[in-house]
Amino acid sequence: MKVQLTRRVPARHAAFGFALFGLTTVPLWVGNSYYIDVASQILLFAVFALALNVLVGYGGLVSLGHAGLFAVSGYTAGLMLQAGFGHAAAGVGAVSITLLTSAAFAVLALRATGIGFLMITLALGQILWGIAYRWADLTNGDNGISISTRPAPFGISLAGAPSFYYATLVVFLLALATMAAFVRSPFGASLCGTRDQARRMTALGYNVWLIRFLAFLFSGLWCSIAGLLYLYNKQFISPQVSALQASAEVLLMVISGGTATLLGPIAGAAIVVVMKYVVSAYVVRWNLVLGVIFVAIISFMPEGLVPGSVRIWGFTRRRWRAIRPGRKPPPGAPP
Amino acid sequence: MTLWLTLAVNSIAFGGLLFLLSAGFSLIFGLMRIPNLMHGSFFMLGAYFGVTLLAVGANFWVAALASALAMAIIGSGVERLLLRRLAGQELAQVLLTLGLSFIVSDLCLMIWTGDPWQPLAPAELRGIVRAGGMIFPLYRLAVVVIAVAVAVVLWLMIDWTRLGAMIRAGVDDAPIARVVGIRVSRLFTLIFALGAALAAFAGVVGSPILSVYPGLDADMLPLALIVVILGGSGSLLGALVGSFLIGFLYNFGQARFPDLAYVILFLPMLLILVLRPQGLFGKGGA
Repeated sequence: MKVQLTRRVPARHAAFGFALFGLTTVPLWVGNSYYIDVASQILLFAVFALALNVLVGYGGLVSLGHAGLFAVSGYTAGLMLQAGFGHAAAGVGAVSITLLTSAAFAVLALRATGIGFLMITLALGQILWGIAYRWADLTNGDNGISISTRPAPFGISLAGAPSFYYATLVVFLLALATMAAFVRSPFGASLCGTRDQARRMTALGYNVWLIRFLAFLFSGLWCSIAGLLYLYNKQFISPQVSALQASAEVLLMVISGGTATLLGPIAGAAIVVVMKYVVSAYVVRWNLVLGVIFVAIISFMPEGLVPGSVRIWGFTRRRWRAIRPGRKPPPGAPP
Repeated sequence: MTLWLTLAVNSIAFGGLLFLLSAGFSLIFGLMRIPNLMHGSFFMLGAYFGVTLLAVGANFWVAALASALAMAIIGSGVERLLLRRLAGQELAQVLLTLGLSFIVSDLCLMIWTGDPWQPLAPAELRGIVRAGGMIFPLYRLAVVVIAVAVAVVLWLMIDWTRLGAMIRAGVDDAPIARVVGIRVSRLFTLIFALGAALAAFAGVVGSPILSVYPGLDADMLPLALIVVILGGSGSLLGALVGSFLIGFLYNFGQARFPDLAYVILFLPMLLILVLRPQGLFGKGGA
């Protein structure tokens, strides 16, 4: 085992460096600002999916109301900007309101786990959708809210697609680093403990409810940041963002990539966003495709694409070693 | 005063429709322990089947029953071919029904286009009833009668027949029911077919009132969800009480506070969740 570890780590570092290099050079080799925008969206949805993965993957709590939290953040910032607040105030306001909403969500939804949790979050998400869609005096209903400017942190304008991409990339890397630290932290381990053995964790003296509550807030924090990025990317937000379909989409990102991994939600976000753009370019039936992928993945590859690919890669490599010439195949291996 | 009375009649009629929809949802939830997220799709697809049959000149009740039968076949197919593969993995089953609901809603949009269909009520029920100087639309009263009749039949079936006893045993404790020789998996198929048929029937009966349009599934599913959380899963009486309560809240909310109608609808659910969470998710708890 030890030999494998030392051999793998440099490969991992190399892969990470290569990916980072690729990500930082995206605007150079993509060129077209439309596609740079798509790349920004992949990153911001990756942040969203990572946030949801805290609950779904590490906490074992499947939420179908996260699009609501995402929308609360976007709407709060959009409304504050329309009311004449500055970008800094709008950002702080959006994050704090979303955290408060997350706390309310968590208090209600954490009365149950499993299916009950899913149902309550679904209902809560529908309430937020109802507010966004019906309460036209506040949210402008189906017409949505548009904002005219993007912020300019440290005097750097984010109006162009490449500069916005770099800003999104910085936030994305920050989110990834936070998630990595979270996964390795004792708190991350205790969250996994509540997922696998809630009763034993209680017996060991952990406050299971509090651990889940804090995880929900952590998830809500990154949801709100993703929601802000979305608002600034599109400069527009509408009730569609908070619909059940949107919650299902981000859940699909987490599940298709592989839950409880760091890479999975990122890969899932890339797959879903790219598919959505490709499919929308040729046919108008995105929901149909979304449903078919959903059903196919749940039925045939429930572990997700990243762990599934790792499994298949490990399997073929072992096979390859077994049949490599000049080596005696291990007993029992097929010729 | 007349306005309130009209609203009340509409509320009761809507509550009746909701009962037809959520009775099956509640039984499925009680027995299989999953909220069937494609229940709204059964309702909408059934309604589309019905209006298509009406458009080619079928009798209203024939159309409703044929649609219910077709949906029973589709429902049992979904249970046997897809959900059965994931037996025991409740979360995967729920997500599967969610994925199927997206497929159904997009297929319906493709086949029946985005224009709403609103068939006429059957000719014999198009009139009005005058009572005490007030006017009531006959069809809405008929819907209430139908819902009550279905409630009575379901209650007789659940409480007084051998099949009902088997279903009750399955809801109470599926593993023990299996041990004593009840084929619970066969009950799953049966209940799923029954729930789908009831939802489709409700869809056709409701179509002269609600009309049929894309997004009808997403409008109805949360209502069934609230009814079952309010009433308790697997309980017909709970579904009945919850349906009429939500019927009233929905109609009065729409009339008085149209902006917040949706929020008002969910408030009793939140209240129940806070005050008595233990009785809401079946006997096994969370």
